[in-house]
Amino acid sequence: MSKLDVSRRGLLRTGAVAGAGLALPTIFTAQSAHAFTNEPTGGTVTLGFNVPQTGPYADEGADELRAYELAVEHLNGGGDGGMMNTFSSKALQGNGILGKKVQYVTGDTQTKSDAARASAKSMIEKDGAIMITGGSSSGVAVAVQALCQEAGVIFMAGLTHSNDTTGKDKRANGFRHFFNSYMSGAALAPVLANAYGKDRKAYHLTADYNWGYTTEEAVKSSTEAMGWDTVAAVKTPLTQTDFSSYIAPVLQSGADTLVLNHYGGNMVNSLTNAVQFGLRDKQVNGKDFQIVVPLYSRLMAKGAGANVKGIFGSTNWHWTLQDEGSKAFVRSFGTKYGFPPSQAAHTTYVQTLLYADAVERAGSFAPCAVAEALEDYEFDGLGNGKTLYRGADHQCFKDVLVVKGKENPTSEFDLLEIVEVTPVEQVTYAPDHPQFSGGALGTCNNGA
Amino acid sequence: MFNLNKKDLSLLIIVAVLTLFAPFILNPFPAGSAMAQFNAGYPDLMQRFVIFGIFAIGFNILFGLTGYLSFGHAAFLGVGSYAAVWMFKLLSMNVIPAILLAVIVSGLFSLLIGFVSLRRSGIYFSILTLAFAQMMFALAYSVLTPITGGETGLQLALNDPRILGVSQTAEGNIPVPGLFGLEMRDSADLVIGGWVFTFNVGYYFCALVLLASFYLAIRIFRSPFGMMLRAVKSNQQRMNYTGLNTRPYTLAAFVISGMYAGLAGGLMASMDPLAGAERMQWTASGEVVLMTILGGAGTLIGPVLGAGFIKYFENIFSKINDNVLHSWFSFLPDGLEDAVVFIIHPFIGKGWHLTLGILFMLVVIFLPGGLVEGGQRIRSWLKNRKTKDNGSASHETNPAE
Repeated sequence: MSKLDVSRRGLLRTGAVAGAGLALPTIFTAQSAHAFTNEPTGGTVTLGFNVPQTGPYADEGADELRAYELAVEHLNGGGDGGMMNTFSSKALQGNGILGKKVQYVTGDTQTKSDAARASAKSMIEKDGAIMITGGSSSGVAVAVQALCQEAGVIFMAGLTHSNDTTGKDKRANGFRHFFNSYMSGAALAPVLANAYGKDRKAYHLTADYNWGYTTEEAVKSSTEAMGWDTVAAVKTPLTQTDFSSYIAPVLQSGADTLVLNHYGGNMVNSLTNAVQFGLRDKQVNGKDFQIVVPLYSRLMAKGAGANVKGIFGSTNWHWTLQDEGSKAFVRSFGTKYGFPPSQAAHTTYVQTLLYADAVERAGSFAPCAVAEALEDYEFDGLGNGKTLYRGADHQCFKDVLVVKGKENPTSEFDLLEIVEVTPVEQVTYAPDHPQFSGGALGTCNNGA
Repeated sequence: MFNLNKKDLSLLIIVAVLTLFAPFILNPFPAGSAMAQFNAGYPDLMQRFVIFGIFAIGFNILFGLTGYLSFGHAAFLGVGSYAAVWMFKLLSMNVIPAILLAVIVSGLFSLLIGFVSLRRSGIYFSILTLAFAQMMFALAYSVLTPITGGETGLQLALNDPRILGVSQTAEGNIPVPGLFGLEMRDSADLVIGGWVFTFNVGYYFCALVLLASFYLAIRIFRSPFGMMLRAVKSNQQRMNYTGLNTRPYTLAAFVISGMYAGLAGGLMASMDPLAGAERMQWTASGEVVLMTILGGAGTLIGPVLGAGFIKYFENIFSKINDNVLHSWFSFLPDGLEDAVVFIIHPFIGKGWHLTLGILFMLVVIFLPGGLVEGGQRIRSWLKNRKTKDNGSASHETNPAE
């Protein structure tokens, strides 16, 4: 017979251990306890602003951050409300989002996919951000978009112009308000044909990375459809600062138009080189030699100085637009910071408002509900006229501005003039257009 | 135990305790408090700590032992990540084959690059490795875009032809990397009072790999092979004159450290299945040099400390913004608050490089042996104080004979 010897101390000890064992699963909360990733439970909601604060696009990043701060101020009912007053949807009350005060965290993408993902991950894992937005390059946007899909939060892309963001690398949790390479090409081609004629020979210099490829392809196919010839398309390394060796062969090629598929510092340098070589004073095939820059920004125009005068390009938005939304935005941005906003600032501000509005309309922060509210949503009053957030690829469709370097700028901000507002019909394409094929949205992810 | 002497064994145990209890150690502040900004105990950063720790340990086997300063080690890390992601795309989402392939491929690359570069020593060797790494970066960034994904990086897609496994989950998402069903991104939270401690599968996997690589590094340091490498560092010419061919030894060290880098790259891709070309840029190669020097080149634990130090600054300081500062100093009068924020502003947020640079200079100037030397100095200072306190009587016990 076995002897069962129960002491008081032994019983207590066993009881305590068993109790602790039973309680253990309850103090370890698996992260799937929430309905979706980072469900805001308190009186506040946290947004993650992930912008380049160092590196080549630090200027754009700084301007994006200003716009985000302004947007948060307006969402929380501060300031003059900016574009919230002109926005066609009236769901936003100025009391935060769904009554929760908006807070934000910032991070530095360094314009590197790795750093951007690290920063976004820390926002999601540590700070509990419910939405990530920002970025100033397509590589970063695509990388962070994939991360947000995986983690189950919404990504509202900032400045990203490559077709891939809503093309082959599109994701169900990612949304882009900015326009893309295809739209630039489609908007520019008719204007170029009008200004320079239909039998031109174009020579492309293209930055050797994804954005360069998609832009070259878009401009090439749109201009060729107008009757232009493409003589050659030469890739230039992204790190190139002196483009003279690339400019010299242009004249020998018999081309009469140079297309610079460059952005940022690349464009500033290549354009300056081209002008210094006297390309614009040359006559080829009995026509004046011309230069085109598909994607313009005010910050780039500033860098290139007088060289941009008379050069065509496209842009998402410009502060001199005279619609009510743009005026309201420029007014409140100018009051707060003392200068007009850039297109990067505009798109990020709009993205924040659109997200907040979608949450209000959906009545929930759950990413899938928000995505549903954004998909095929039509709005107005945010500076680009009537705009559609297409559900098939999460790309915004709106008018595209064709601009030209101003001949007589009145200030350091007044560098571009709007030549034409290309109507949205002209830049719309089918979701399965060859330039956008090869990807799938997948299904939206609410996360753990 | 483990064929280690007492000192090394205690070092290994210290590292084991530090890594296994990292979720507690790195989260000293309650979640809601203002100081929570300095908490580093979230999965992504903890993973980065150990992954870069592995990278730096491997780099130290080359630099710390042989004195050969490679400026292109990030290339092997990048190659490892690409190999791992391709494995995820083509074979299975299990991390083991991915990491194995990463180590093998980076080993092959380092054999090739090492074979060429090690014909020279000193600054010429550094420049050669730098040139190779930049070449590989440029190739990955543009020319090899179909293989590397170019600027966008190599990512998983919904239509990957995964031989063992599914290309989409039932919900229509991309599957996540795992270890026989254990998902790397799975976490459990432990809430005690205001504190939240996160235990992440991926982190513990990395931590175990770190311990294994740390143990291997100790064995290399203490082996005859390690002694030979040290001899190379102290005087390679003399060794050559004695008729000894040092090339095989240096090449072996180069390949081992390249494989360590590949292991780190493979782990990085396993935690976050994306490989970007920036990983191979010269700045990334320079970073591991900084980590090793900051922690203490030639010491065992130094590189791990250095890696943690740099990653902490990159991830924590870059996220402090003016808004956060204002909330910290809101107790001060208005004018003073603005002044304090104005003074600190250049050192936080986008200024984290500046802060790190200043600290790096301070360490190099005042602690040439890195953080490890700092620790040693503190210890000997404590010891001296202790012996002074209780030892005035025993002070006269050491007369010369």
